[in-house]
Amino acid sequence: MSATTPVLEGRGIVKRFGHVVALDGADFELYPGEIAAIIGDNGAGKSTLIKTLSGALHPDEGEIRLDGSRVHFRSPRDARKVGIETVYQELAVAPALDIAANIFLGRERRRGGPLGALRMLDKGAMRRHAAQHLAELQIRVGSIAQPVETLSGGQRQGVAVARAASWAQRVVIMDEPTAALGVKETRQVLDLIKRVRERGLPVILISHDMPHVFELADRIHIVRLGRRVAVVTPRTHTMPEAVAIMTGATRGELEQALTTEQP
Amino acid sequence: MTSLDTTSTEQRSAASRLGGLVAKSLSAPAVAPLIALVLTMTFFSVKSDNFLQAQNPSLVLQQVMVVGVLAIGQTVVILTAGIDLSVGTVMAFGQIVMTKLAVANGVPAIPAIALGILACVAFGALNGGLVTGLKLPAFIVTLGTFNIAFALTHVYSDDLTFTGLPSELLFFGRTFQLGGADVTYGVVFMLILYAVAWYVLTQTAAGRHVYAVGDNPQAARLTGIGINRVLFSVYVTAGLMSGLAAMLLVARTELGDPNAGQTTENLDSITAVGLGGTSLFGGRGSIIGTLIGAVIVGVFRNGLTLIGVQVIYQYLVTGVLVILAVSVDQLVRRRRL
Repeated sequence: MSATTPVLEGRGIVKRFGHVVALDGADFELYPGEIAAIIGDNGAGKSTLIKTLSGALHPDEGEIRLDGSRVHFRSPRDARKVGIETVYQELAVAPALDIAANIFLGRERRRGGPLGALRMLDKGAMRRHAAQHLAELQIRVGSIAQPVETLSGGQRQGVAVARAASWAQRVVIMDEPTAALGVKETRQVLDLIKRVRERGLPVILISHDMPHVFELADRIHIVRLGRRVAVVTPRTHTMPEAVAIMTGATRGELEQALTTEQP
Repeated sequence: MTSLDTTSTEQRSAASRLGGLVAKSLSAPAVAPLIALVLTMTFFSVKSDNFLQAQNPSLVLQQVMVVGVLAIGQTVVILTAGIDLSVGTVMAFGQIVMTKLAVANGVPAIPAIALGILACVAFGALNGGLVTGLKLPAFIVTLGTFNIAFALTHVYSDDLTFTGLPSELLFFGRTFQLGGADVTYGVVFMLILYAVAWYVLTQTAAGRHVYAVGDNPQAARLTGIGINRVLFSVYVTAGLMSGLAAMLLVARTELGDPNAGQTTENLDSITAVGLGGTSLFGGRGSIIGTLIGAVIVGVFRNGLTLIGVQVIYQYLVTGVLVILAVSVDQLVRRRRL
């Protein structure tokens, strides 16, 4: 086993909704600097798994560890506080607000001095920082002060990714980030995800799109019937093999994958 | 994709700040209402010789101050994609509380005003609580409280009109001279409220969250904004504005009338918001637009009276006006989508 401690780790996570067991002892780990994908059929539990890791759901059993120590998220706010940000499939931006306002939405910066005491926003500073974040991720937009609704879908999701990446200290979770996008826009967002990794932030990627997953991911967690049945890599497995494990056509090779494929 | 050059962006923004300001003010939501106001005023000054006579503009503003203050509350509610149909009758109730306490119960003026305002704030809290707690549509909640406030006004007043008010209750109806024109203290008070509302909506995080909640509630929630807190506070604000409007109404009419503020004020406040360019679908609009919208409504009512249009037709015209304002909003919205 590698000595590296996972940034974020789930152990034996169980989540029930009434009589339905959505997660039945699922494991997960994300290592520093990697893109870890989670794939699984509809209803396999990948969404539920991700929600427990992002604080949107509270697991009934099992534990979540951040840098090796146990954490309890009661809400997404708790997860955000420790540096875990999520990008959602639906475009989670406010279209009428400008780019800077969206990036700082819910975390607005106030001016210093007496104007700050009057709760006046520091719009200049927020615009400068927002422009800087977009530049770091090479997201090109006309003006930082333009409403988000004037942007293309890809650029909008770019703003959402920039928001997550600029606030995330530890982990960015991307839940089907390209599901609502066209081909060209999807390409832009995929490139963007790579750049987030290049900046040193580990990424959890949930996607239905196998070619994208195999292009981006360092490791691929395959979830089936509420459990992780295998961890594979694009080097050791082909797409059809991954799909076969995902659908239950072949048994997962969890032990082998776990012992040989940790970075 | 190439990287965004931040230094050139900053230079450009500095150089074109003036040009941007001009362009921005032209595309600002308040410009169209301003043009509508000028057209309306031109129309009535042609139709009636009395319209531009010395005391008339000051009279219009006096009439506007009550609806104008109600429209502030209505604006913040509508910005969240809600609506408050109860502002008029809640104001009527507040007005009766103030005057009955002062006249019939001998409560000193200031506590009487405070209690009247408090009663209105309580109605706002009731609206906000039902909208956020039980997730009921604002439309139906405030239609309910509209009737509750209406009934309470008549029950509590015994259908009596309260006159002979202490002078403190009439303060905001008094006038002072400014450049040869009579200016009412209540109008000044209304303008101060607008300035405060403008500051909060455009310069603070709280205001930005009001827009965000109306624009895309899911996005607002996902970024950690307490949606319920924002929604609750806008209905409480609307209640507070009803209370302050009640205070102005008492000062203007110099009595507590259980039949005041029951129909026209509700609709007029919504018309003012709509004419002011604020979208009834939430997330877009400006408080300055609402002020102009309120003046347009005031000019219409005043002008129609001056050219001898019967009151019943004034209802008809304002009814058409509100539908017109909302239709324009819908057309603009459709083009944007």
